[in-house]
Amino acid sequence: MDDLLQEFIAETRETLEAISGEIVGWEADPNDRSRLDAIFRFVHTIKGSCGFLDLPRLARLSHAAEDALAAVRAGERAPDQALVTVILAIIDRIGEIVEAIDAGEALSESGEAMLIAALDGAIAGDTAATPEPADTAAVAQAARVTPKRSVRLSVDLLDRMMSGVSDMVLARNQLARHLRMIDDPRLESMLERLSISVDELRDTVTRTRMQRVESLFSALPRLARDSAAALDKSVTLTIEGGDVELDREMIELLRDPLVHLVRNAVDHGIEDRAGRMRAGKPAAGQLRIVARQAGNLIIIEIADDGRGIDSERLLAKALRDHPERAAELAALDEDGRLKLIFEPGLSSRDEVTALSGRGVGMDVVKANVEQAGGRISVLSRPGQGLTIALEVPLTLAILNAVLVEAAGTRFAIPRQSVDEIVAVDGGAVRVDRVAAGAVVLLRGQRLPMVSLPTLLGRREATAVPGFLAIVSLREGRFALALDGVNDTQELVVKPAAPAVMCAGIYAGQMLPDDGAPILLLDCSAIAARAALAFERPDEAVAEAEAVEPVRALLFDDIDGVRRMIVSDAVDRIEGVAAGAVRALAGGLWLTIGDRSIPVWSGTGAVASEVRTVLRLQLDDQELAYPIADAIEIVPLPQDVAPAVDPHGVIAGLAVIDGEPIELVDPLALFADAPAAAERPVCLLHGAESGWMEAFLKPAIEQAGYRVVRRASPDMPVALALAMEDDADAPPVPALRLSRERGKPLYRFDRAALIAALKGYAA
Amino acid sequence: MMGALHLVARVGDRGLLFDAERVDSVVEVHSTVPAPGAAPAVVGLAAMRSRVATVIDVRELFGGVPMVRDGKGGRAIATLVDGHLYAIAVDALEDVATFTLAPAPIAQGTAGDWDFVTGVAEGDGETLMAVDIDRLVARASALG
Repeated sequence: MDDLLQEFIAETRETLEAISGEIVGWEADPNDRSRLDAIFRFVHTIKGSCGFLDLPRLARLSHAAEDALAAVRAGERAPDQALVTVILAIIDRIGEIVEAIDAGEALSESGEAMLIAALDGAIAGDTAATPEPADTAAVAQAARVTPKRSVRLSVDLLDRMMSGVSDMVLARNQLARHLRMIDDPRLESMLERLSISVDELRDTVTRTRMQRVESLFSALPRLARDSAAALDKSVTLTIEGGDVELDREMIELLRDPLVHLVRNAVDHGIEDRAGRMRAGKPAAGQLRIVARQAGNLIIIEIADDGRGIDSERLLAKALRDHPERAAELAALDEDGRLKLIFEPGLSSRDEVTALSGRGVGMDVVKANVEQAGGRISVLSRPGQGLTIALEVPLTLAILNAVLVEAAGTRFAIPRQSVDEIVAVDGGAVRVDRVAAGAVVLLRGQRLPMVSLPTLLGRREATAVPGFLAIVSLREGRFALALDGVNDTQELVVKPAAPAVMCAGIYAGQMLPDDGAPILLLDCSAIAARAALAFERPDEAVAEAEAVEPVRALLFDDIDGVRRMIVSDAVDRIEGVAAGAVRALAGGLWLTIGDRSIPVWSGTGAVASEVRTVLRLQLDDQELAYPIADAIEIVPLPQDVAPAVDPHGVIAGLAVIDGEPIELVDPLALFADAPAAAERPVCLLHGAESGWMEAFLKPAIEQAGYRVVRRASPDMPVALALAMEDDADAPPVPALRLSRERGKPLYRFDRAALIAALKGYAA
Repeated sequence: MMGALHLVARVGDRGLLFDAERVDSVVEVHSTVPAPGAAPAVVGLAAMRSRVATVIDVRELFGGVPMVRDGKGGRAIATLVDGHLYAIAVDALEDVATFTLAPAPIAQGTAGDWDFVTGVAEGDGETLMAVDIDRLVARASALG
């Protein structure tokens, strides 16, 4: 009896999931006989099983629903809104009771009699009423597929099957290695046959982990319908790609995010009917959910044709909540502004609705998707709709890994985070040791290097690593130095024990076919760890350095004198492109990316002649010291004769190889450097300042200025930019732009503008 | 009180009792792969059929000297804790027998540090300590 009951519960649960789409479809098209039949069959089956299993409550409910549906089938009754709602409520109730039976809990009977009465009342009272069209309908237009034959298996059994097959593969490999030594062609061909069938079996068993994404989508039509009904909106849901297969664990991880996203689309995205009419859109909102496979990624898109995200409002709200982040927020581009939606507590909507509350869980959705190893992206077309794309790997468990060698042990790195592997002796890269770390120059790009052997605690740092894996992370790229690279393999990732995970650099463990376990490296954790080590060397390292002699970098200064500086003060030695150093606001500035850092000019540097600089860093202050050439790193002698001038930038004299050399004092350099690493400010003035920000900001920044549209009274503004025909005069000296081509400062003449800005500064 | 089946194992100079119900198997670890940076008690990882076990050395918990980490294996007790497979390295396995445990007469002050000892039994001229595998593994993982 218990087995029968379990079977009944499992079957009902499965059918319930499948049926919810049918009901909504039937409501949208009450004349769809096949859907009506499917629903009728469902309640009929329940009724039959209940009698047999002695479940009187379920029997009463299903019996009442069956009667009503039979009346509809017979044409005695039209399927109107009221009827559909009561049938839905009854089916929900059946689901609740089944769950309660399974959990062995009691469920109060309240309301059930009312449901049945409502059904009867509807039959009695509404027969004469004309059926009104169902207007809050979410239609599942997914092509209905005839179900394949299937059996239910426990996940535990599947897991055991999987591990059994893995055992078999390991045994096969051992056997193969052994047989190769015997060298018997007949044995080998037999092994070959065995080998092929083992591989096929492994593929098949792997596929048992896969499930059609349909099972994830089946609840959505109902969800969209209910959400829309609660808000008195109309939504048409289209689902495509339900036959795409996905790892079953992945499906579980995506269930909640998808529910959130559909609710959000209905609640926040799609406008109410009046709003849609005003915007010239059809009254029913369109919600499209599409799944497709791209390589070993599954992409799920949720697209609505609602109002999209108002990024200005989002920004304003973020500013109001976090005034301290004003500078950072102002610098965001459109994409960055949209991404604010993923921050906790932010929503483009201010009012709280019954359905999803305020900005419900987009941060949670993002976290869930990322937990599944996926990514989420937003595409907003204001006024026209919003598309959210979830990109997740096909399976949680199997990973394409690069096997590498470091400190005498093999490790794995996820293939997708490795851009390329470079052999250091190939000449394509150069490794420069700078201060405590190292940088790699690869095809003109400078990347920080992290040595895996050193990170793993091997004391002696080899001079030059054998290989570099160029690792690409969301935060940036870095080079991971390795001793060797083996090959790539598709491997099953299993979680490692807490005692191993506490190392903080592993993501899991794997067992390749040769039977020697491998730890999977967590590249972003490694990057985080290394960055931390650069900024704050931990105490053990500091102690080790205390006994080592202080090292100094010997260099030829631009005035031809050989000098040296303590090498720990040097962040790196950097080549400077022509034009990157400019004379501005009475000093020299080096532009790197979108920042400018001051250049030491005490030794008579000329902007156009600086080719190499030492990048110095002190807390968050930066300074570039121009040099002619770096010579070598030498131990700093114990005896340094103090300089005569205690305020100069030369700390003293030390003898290197029989020659007295001046030692530059980095602290003095910073003391004399132009106040803070702040660029002169350029104010965009007048009515056209918005246009200027959009078009001219990059050029102005390239000329070494910081751009603002509004200056506070205490902000020192170096220069203003205004249009020729602006009426009100800017508060500071201004460059005026012309609207006509051919005039001295035509507003689209980038080169002339940069030249003028630079000329002004000089 | 009924006695329960226990494995008698030697770790350093201590005789330990492991509840046979909690012991997955007794294994011969052939080789271990180091896990740099892991908790000091972790000797490394070893393959046991198609699973990966974390090999741990609990000698230090009993005041002994940690084992030599030469990548070679030895005897171990395989057990599942929180879904992870562990191999607790032992120096020798002596017996499987039924023991009736007496409460551990541990001084109050040290009770917290020795919470993995659940009782004692009389062995061959020595006191055998029964250990709680979950707590033993948790303690070893937290050594550092």
